[in-house]
Amino acid sequence: MIATRRPKLELLNGNLVEKIVDEGLTLLERQGVWVENAEALDLLGEAGAVIERASQRARLGRKLVEACLASTPPSIRLYDAAGENEYVVGGDEVHFNPGSAAVTILDHDTQEERKAATRDLVDFYKLVETLEHLHFQSTGLISYDVPSAIADCYRLYLGLRLSAKPFVTGTFRVEGFKPMKDCLAAVRGGERELRLKPLAIFDACPSPPLKWSNLTTQSLVDCARAGIPSELISMGMTGATSLATISGTLVQHVAENLCGLAICQVAAPGSPVIFGGSPSSFDMRKGTTPMGAVETMMIDAAYAQIGKFLKLPTHAYMALSDAKVNDPQAGFETALGAVLGALAGVNVISGPGMLDFESAQSLEKLVIDDGICAMVYRLLDGIAQREDPIALDKFEGFTPETKLLAHPHTRQWYRKEHILAGLADRDPYEAWVTAGRTSIVDKAHTDVARRLEKYVPPPLGADVRGELDRIMAAYARAAGIDRLPVWEL
Amino acid sequence: MNKAELLKSMREAIVAGDRGAAASLAAEAVRAGLDPAEVVETGYVPGIQRVGELWEQGEYFLPELISSAEAMKSAMAVLEPELRSRRIETRPGGRIVIGTVEGDIHDIGKNLVASMLQAAGYEVFDLGADVKLERFIEEAEKTGARTICLSALLTTTMSNQKRFIGLLREKGLREKYRVLVGGAPASRKWADEIGADGYAENAVAAVKLVKSLEPGGGA
Repeated sequence: MIATRRPKLELLNGNLVEKIVDEGLTLLERQGVWVENAEALDLLGEAGAVIERASQRARLGRKLVEACLASTPPSIRLYDAAGENEYVVGGDEVHFNPGSAAVTILDHDTQEERKAATRDLVDFYKLVETLEHLHFQSTGLISYDVPSAIADCYRLYLGLRLSAKPFVTGTFRVEGFKPMKDCLAAVRGGERELRLKPLAIFDACPSPPLKWSNLTTQSLVDCARAGIPSELISMGMTGATSLATISGTLVQHVAENLCGLAICQVAAPGSPVIFGGSPSSFDMRKGTTPMGAVETMMIDAAYAQIGKFLKLPTHAYMALSDAKVNDPQAGFETALGAVLGALAGVNVISGPGMLDFESAQSLEKLVIDDGICAMVYRLLDGIAQREDPIALDKFEGFTPETKLLAHPHTRQWYRKEHILAGLADRDPYEAWVTAGRTSIVDKAHTDVARRLEKYVPPPLGADVRGELDRIMAAYARAAGIDRLPVWEL
Repeated sequence: MNKAELLKSMREAIVAGDRGAAASLAAEAVRAGLDPAEVVETGYVPGIQRVGELWEQGEYFLPELISSAEAMKSAMAVLEPELRSRRIETRPGGRIVIGTVEGDIHDIGKNLVASMLQAAGYEVFDLGADVKLERFIEEAEKTGARTICLSALLTTTMSNQKRFIGLLREKGLREKYRVLVGGAPASRKWADEIGADGYAENAVAAVKLVKSLEPGGGA
């Protein structure tokens, strides 16, 4: 049998990859990066970086960065809450998760964005739990009815109560890390167990150009020590916070991410790191950051290629849209990003459900996008030689009367070769009219209700639930908050 | 270069966003003993007005807009000492306090508005990003500015624009200041809802808004 080719996209000429990495390393050495965190500066200094205390600037030599690259694992294994399902983040594996974090939700009935409340976050978690092509959860909504002092931990706490999938999350405050880690350890059954079987990825974003803030640097250090994977989210905006050229933006991306990687490695050698990002092509008229622009997707696919060259797991914000409702723009931007990201072999693709420059989530869009992801996974499976000979024997005794629909070969293969239609309309015209001319958005809305109905909560033991409640309550009390939003399973 | 040619070149330097030319033409005007106020009004200001038109026509994008604003600044840096020595109000447009509200570190949009206001002849006190609400009032009281511009990029921080209006009311200062709001999540409706004096969707619109709200500005 001839091996199946996995379709693959590489945008950059191999020599260009090497040149971009080379300039990125030189930039780290000559220009350096501002790191607004004393502990990280100490650690980098001890490891040989040149530190300028007054300006909080760190210049990282090539040898240091190369040693850090060598100690970073090329792939990571994440596990669900039960510790049974394993997800490899590395190679050309692709895992989709909802785009995060939105502050509004698109209300289907009014078609308006409104502030997200805890009840919306509950529905979000439940729905994503039922969407089989979204392998990971995200703490994807920031609910307005939770005080901001505890918002980071609260959304993870709620998620762990409602979902068994691995999480993509992050801190909003330095103090948020400890209770978040404690919640994860409570589900996993201990800190050592969490280190062996990570349950969550923490996002950490440098501030372009060439700066790591105190909060995000601390997150890198804390995660590295706990064995929690850090996802480095460099996010230059072309012509505004990075160079206008795509290749120039990639050089900065390499420098910022490799500085983050070095911070993780000097804090704990061997700690898991993902080479990710959320860069964008800056809109020179509106001053906005379109995630659905093709140039944004080109930057993403290109840095993923660079990440692979560096033998690192990769991530990108793709499969999302800047549309404000679920219109054709929402569909084409999401699908284009999902396809390009998957073909580029991006390991973690954050985007489904998202609208409006990473600021809104839509339950209907999550369902539609899950269908896009299904098609993408089929595409990645490629075209296989299923049998030998491929076809010749099936034509023995073939006549014009032969019914292929009733042929055993059809029954044997059609479900393996073809995914069954999701929500996409495949009715003949008259049937579509008779059925009420229903749009995919209306079908998705019905499907959301059906899925929420069939949702099953994860089988968490009473002791684990109690421990999660205790951690959350203690964190809230420490922040002077004595009441949390009421929610029900 | 005679005076007419000089004024024409000044206008062109601003439209082209040429900082070096804008400044050297200003220096040439000073050497020639021309009236600095006249040079600003008939040389540079028509240039920045043309830039606004080109923006509105969709010809110019943000890089051109900002380059022109920067060219305007470099010309004014040369002319301001001259204006001051003749006791001419260097910033006839008045004073404006601007910043991104607390909790929000986004400042690209705010910087654009600040640059365009400066280019249009206003004295701009830019407090930066993540600015405590009290700071806006302190700065306005200190500088004598009557217009305060608040930017917010996040829906979570735009509520601070509303809080700011409340803070002014508490202090009995609401009538003293014009409060203008902007930023991605803001809108005219939001401005009305919180009782702000105006909303602008981009930097060019912000300059028009500020002008329209001036006494005799037609609003």
